[in-house]
Amino acid sequence: MKIETKQLRKTFGKESALEDLSITFSGEKIIGLLGKNGAGKTTFMRILSGHFQQTSGTIAVNEQSPFNHSDVSKNICFIQESNNFYGKFRIDEVLQIAEVFYPNWDKDQAEHLLKVFKLKRKQKVKALSKGMLSALGIIVGLASNAPITIFDEPYIGLDASNRSLFYDLLLQSYQDNPRMFILSTHLIDEISKLFEEVAILHEGKLLLHETTAELAENHLLVSGETSVVDQAIKNKNVIHQTSMLGKKKAVLFGEQLATTDGLEVSKIGLQDLVIYLTKEEVDSL
Amino acid sequence: MTDRLRDDRPIFQQIAEFIETSIVSGDLEKEEQIPSTNEFAKHYQINPATAAKGINLLVDQGIIYKKRGVGMFVTGSAKTIILQKRKDRFYDQYVKPLLQEAQRIELTETQLTNWIKEGLKNED
Repeated sequence: MKIETKQLRKTFGKESALEDLSITFSGEKIIGLLGKNGAGKTTFMRILSGHFQQTSGTIAVNEQSPFNHSDVSKNICFIQESNNFYGKFRIDEVLQIAEVFYPNWDKDQAEHLLKVFKLKRKQKVKALSKGMLSALGIIVGLASNAPITIFDEPYIGLDASNRSLFYDLLLQSYQDNPRMFILSTHLIDEISKLFEEVAILHEGKLLLHETTAELAENHLLVSGETSVVDQAIKNKNVIHQTSMLGKKKAVLFGEQLATTDGLEVSKIGLQDLVIYLTKEEVDSL
Repeated sequence: MTDRLRDDRPIFQQIAEFIETSIVSGDLEKEEQIPSTNEFAKHYQINPATAAKGINLLVDQGIIYKKRGVGMFVTGSAKTIILQKRKDRFYDQYVKPLLQEAQRIELTETQLTNWIKEGLKNED
């Protein structure tokens, strides 16, 4: 599957949600779609899923526009943070509808996952707790086997052990049935190791799109005596720095650095990297 | 496999090092099959591509080889290669920080060498 957007823009009234987003996702990969609140992630995913049309620019899924094309939408399963299912339906009705809609639906898998998450077939959607609703979303997303499976913060109300269970099941599903997963999340530390690629949106634009291996290559955490660190990071792209008691730590992005004595060079986690790349400076009073 | 992955180094390197340590300690013998990328992925909750990258690093160094359609295996010379590699960086990785801390806490040369001798004796 291939998703390609060019100068994608979406405005809601005077508010701009997406501004000039050009991005290409292809292949059977687990992709992390990251960024702060309001960066445009959900808007992008909703246009991709055909929920509404862009204001301008183009988006194509395997060369076809996703809006009003059932050929495209049956290949995409989009599980949102909430409101995925109609409240008056029972769980077994939700699954029956999904089975009709998704050509690759795996009924056995859905049955199995119901047991894993301890959901009962006859329960009505509106009677489910937040955690149970999230579990139902996860079940539909995984059992859909849709060539593009999208999860937008799918774990509201799920406790830490059930989230870990979700990551295990996601990996299992990916291994059994390799396909494109797009995951939007704020709990980056929990799941970052599952990503093969990461795209970071910022203010409606693409800030970067790299493999996680490239991201690890492209940043450095340097620490040591303040004077040594200051010398090493002069004229470099420093995205974060902090010092205390004569020691300094700095994070560099897109820079190479020769190792010198007294300078320790290592890596930081994806979550911190995303924070440093997208954080606004706090104006001092 | 109770070790945890850390954030301060690339994951694929940590996977490669874990396999190396298993070979050096004898948990993996020569000509023995190593776990698959999927098994590594599941165990560490990591992307299979990352696990594959770690394993391929060892393939490039002649520590692991691929039997087509079967899996990945430890080469005959794996242990020798790893030991040489680890000896080469022993000074930088272990001796240097040891000496730095010794200096910091004003340890005498006599005390330091005595401890090392004692430690070596106890290991016998």
